[in-house]
Amino acid sequence: MSRYIPLTERDKEEMLKEIGVSSIDELFSSIPPELRFKGTIDIEPIKEEASLVEYFKKIEAQNRFSDKKIFLGAGAYNHYIPYAVDFLSMRSEYLTPYTPYQPEVSQGNLAATFEYQTYIAALTGLEVANASMYEGATATAEAGLMALRIKKGKIALAKSLHPQYKEVIYTYLEKQNYEIIEIGYEEDGRINLEELDEKIDNTFSAFIVGYPNFFGIVEDLKSIHEILREKKVLLITSTWEPLALALIVPPGKTGAEIAVGEAQSFGLPLAYGGPYLGFFATLKKHVWKMPGRLVGMTKDVEGKRGFVLTLSAREQHIRRQRATSNICSNEAWCALRVAIYLSLLGRKGLRKLALLNHKRAVKALEMLEEKGFKAKFTGPFFNEFVIDVGQDGEEFRDKLLNRGLVAGYPIGKDYPKLKNCLLLTFTEMNSPEDIGTLVKEMEALK
Amino acid sequence: MKLIFELSKEGKEGFHIEEEEGRIKLPENIIRDEIEEFPEVTEREVVSHYLRLSVMNYSEDWGLYPLGSCTMKYNPKVNELIASFFTGAHPLLPEELVKGNLRIFKELEEALKKITGLDAFTLAPAAGAHGEFTGITIIKNYFEARGESREIVLIPDSAHGTNPASSALAGYKAVEIPSDIHGRINLEKFKEALSEKVAALMITNPNTLGIFESNIRKIADLLHEKGAFLYMDGANMNAFLGKVIVSDLGVDVMHLNLHKTFSTPHGGGGPGSGPVGVIKELESFLPGPRLVEKNGNLHWVPGKGRIRSFYGNFLVLVKALAYIKELGGEGLREVADLAVLNANYLRAKLTSNYKISYDTPTLHEFVLTDETYRDKVSTLDIAKRLLDYGFHPPTIYFPLIVHGALMIEPTETESKETLDEFVDAMLKIKKEAEDNPNLLHEAPHTTPVRRLDEVGAARNPVLTYMEVKNNQNLEAH
Amino acid sequence: MVLDEFYYTKSHEWVKVEGEKATIGITDFAQSELQDIVYVELPEMGKVINKGDVLCSIDSVKSSAEVYAPVSGEVVEVNEKLSAEPELINKDPYGEGWIAVIKISNPDEISELLSAKEYEEMLEGEK
Repeated sequence: MSRYIPLTERDKEEMLKEIGVSSIDELFSSIPPELRFKGTIDIEPIKEEASLVEYFKKIEAQNRFSDKKIFLGAGAYNHYIPYAVDFLSMRSEYLTPYTPYQPEVSQGNLAATFEYQTYIAALTGLEVANASMYEGATATAEAGLMALRIKKGKIALAKSLHPQYKEVIYTYLEKQNYEIIEIGYEEDGRINLEELDEKIDNTFSAFIVGYPNFFGIVEDLKSIHEILREKKVLLITSTWEPLALALIVPPGKTGAEIAVGEAQSFGLPLAYGGPYLGFFATLKKHVWKMPGRLVGMTKDVEGKRGFVLTLSAREQHIRRQRATSNICSNEAWCALRVAIYLSLLGRKGLRKLALLNHKRAVKALEMLEEKGFKAKFTGPFFNEFVIDVGQDGEEFRDKLLNRGLVAGYPIGKDYPKLKNCLLLTFTEMNSPEDIGTLVKEMEALK
Repeated sequence: MKLIFELSKEGKEGFHIEEEEGRIKLPENIIRDEIEEFPEVTEREVVSHYLRLSVMNYSEDWGLYPLGSCTMKYNPKVNELIASFFTGAHPLLPEELVKGNLRIFKELEEALKKITGLDAFTLAPAAGAHGEFTGITIIKNYFEARGESREIVLIPDSAHGTNPASSALAGYKAVEIPSDIHGRINLEKFKEALSEKVAALMITNPNTLGIFESNIRKIADLLHEKGAFLYMDGANMNAFLGKVIVSDLGVDVMHLNLHKTFSTPHGGGGPGSGPVGVIKELESFLPGPRLVEKNGNLHWVPGKGRIRSFYGNFLVLVKALAYIKELGGEGLREVADLAVLNANYLRAKLTSNYKISYDTPTLHEFVLTDETYRDKVSTLDIAKRLLDYGFHPPTIYFPLIVHGALMIEPTETESKETLDEFVDAMLKIKKEAEDNPNLLHEAPHTTPVRRLDEVGAARNPVLTYMEVKNNQNLEAH
Repeated sequence: MVLDEFYYTKSHEWVKVEGEKATIGITDFAQSELQDIVYVELPEMGKVINKGDVLCSIDSVKSSAEVYAPVSGEVVEVNEKLSAEPELINKDPYGEGWIAVIKISNPDEISELLSAKEYEEMLEGEK
């Protein structure tokens, strides 16, 4: 008898009687006997809660990172989450309902999603945003597919796009036989504009660029857009550290027509990679080609303000194989957390947090330069940058690991030319003292 | 109700950040202004606002949520506690620092292998549809590696919309197979459609009518003869736990929905998780990264392509594993037994007044048609009136092959009393439909908002607060 | 409702032939099945299309349908009004709700279309 199943033996008897069978087994008679499993799945139950908790505590105790000073970014960022985000989002009314297909009893979710859409549209400088995608990489792949619905053609990717995002784009787009090329970068870490102009013509549908890119560098989107505009190629940006958008010119204001990325920074724990949250924004004129759910504001029969899922005909449950995407379940609860987080930080708080992140990174680079290290790229960065350590980056990082430091990401894994480099990230969770320790230890290994 | 932006007032602060001295190293022309649309509110107001919004939501914790094919079962609370132990790790930490996390992936994969009988799993997909795309792509990669070009995926007309959408996304043409008079895949039509151009058939079993596809072994054999694969949509796995080993059915690839069968909370639409299992022959086509064991240590290695960043919806995986560990093999079987008992009980009690779609035995869910009330009210009206009775309605208008479909799945986590109350409400509503149909046409009457103008919302979409500000008609009441 | 002077297709399109031009829309039956139409993805001007190809798609709140070209030819006019007022198709499917005009490339195809009577019989049969 499970604590989750509210049926007594007596209940079961009465119910079987009502149905007109003598055993539960009879209810499975539509399954041919040779297909029925007669045994028991070989998994021992742990029925007592304390023992169950203990079991998982023991597993977690095998992890060894809680005492380390960590300077990692590259697609996921350590930001402090105000406790109110947990407090509110863990309410039953937010954690346990289904998708709001019955809007009359889902106004809380729908209103919060509407707020989330507003935040993303404002953040990206575009006009509409959907209710979420799975995470940043699939959001970027879906942006490519959306561009292809607007204009058929080839797709160009920046070489400096997040490597995992590139892999996902290839996996999604290759299945439909779309041609993809890559555009390289300059010494400053930004897109090679000459190469862009040369390789792209009006047979291309879109160009996807990281903003900031995987090197942490902030691209000159205006110049990129100028080149793309006359060839009628769409500019798509992908941002996996959206805190940057509180400080740098939003993509929508530079001519980008689709802006996507990863919203984990805004109130989602690192959680070893998930669940995260893909954000997706575009211009209103493209809304019918956009994937994902959308919440719209409307009125009820009494004239009261209300919210409802809308433009649903784009989606799989209506258009089936003609749908803008196959997405059904998304990351709605994560989007709620993002809305709460951004409401708490607000206009000024988010700005302050972005400045703080940036200043710490700038200071860290200054300190490293004093010790003789050099930034690999000269372009402007937000809170992460690539540093040349003068020896194999991965080995250098491993040595620092023994000193209690996770000194960033060995970017040589994805860019062989950067074998002697590390991608270092600094947020408000890396104190000046810890940064000092990092610099000291790096100097000692030089 | 007001939106957070309407509570904003200059000078308010919701979270304090100490400013620091320091240089800014960004050229002036790339710095933006503060985001003026973002509000300034205090924490007190944020909490009050989101609390007020929350109480307008019906939730699974509150009561019965009989949505067919969604398996809205109770979400155990201890799983939230257990997940909270695992929130801290950055996904790019060196493997030696996260052995505990890797162990979670390994244990869940092993458990799912035991439960389904399949040989290998990827835990990466973020939802069922994502799993479908992954599974169909695995099949496509297999054929590409052999230089075979197959263009078609066969899909029953009772299938969930994600099935054809996922096939199209993977670059296949979806061809529909009609159902027979018993509600099962029409075997003859299937045989006609089967050719060497077919890569796979996507089957849901039990299907969306709650009916066991009894010809599944035959279908699997016919597909295999033609070198094609059988994909199973595992959305309805709740009926099979511990009762049927999926690999015995001849299934080659399947996805599971952890947020359905395995009790992880729906969160208003996600996060979910859609692990995909395969037979040995397809293992090398699983997307990356893959977890392998070497000298007692677990490592990530590349796979065939990648379907998302990092490794999966990890916290959802933790919750599902905790559920499986608590229940064990016996507990899982009990779930299927009682899910099927509850559904058949409801069917027995409702079909005296409502018409069942097919006169075929059903398992964990069943579908009613609108035949007994269609002349007076619609299925939508019935659903809206149920809201006044304090119940979330069943799934409506799906599957498409049933007129005015009402798909009911109570799950195992409901008491007999709740089921009786639900039946009571349904019978009362049936009577109201006959005596006073207007009551239903205008329902719901007692919810936070009443029926909404969905046509207006679609014709003139208002999708952000910026659009509201520019439109006086939409000010809050 | 079915207008005598038009031709019809099995997929519920109507065709008004005037010289070498064919004006196309969807029938009253089709619009009532879709219910409140909220969006019409109009075909591109100048698009060359074959009989049976998808001309455009129409979305309502709860469903979506494709409109097929009843005859082959080139799209020479589209009803721009439908962008702002897709509901015209519901209100006046045979008049103001027209969708596009095709310049007919193969006049023989007209004889393959259904007459008003044949279309009506088909609707009766479907009931």
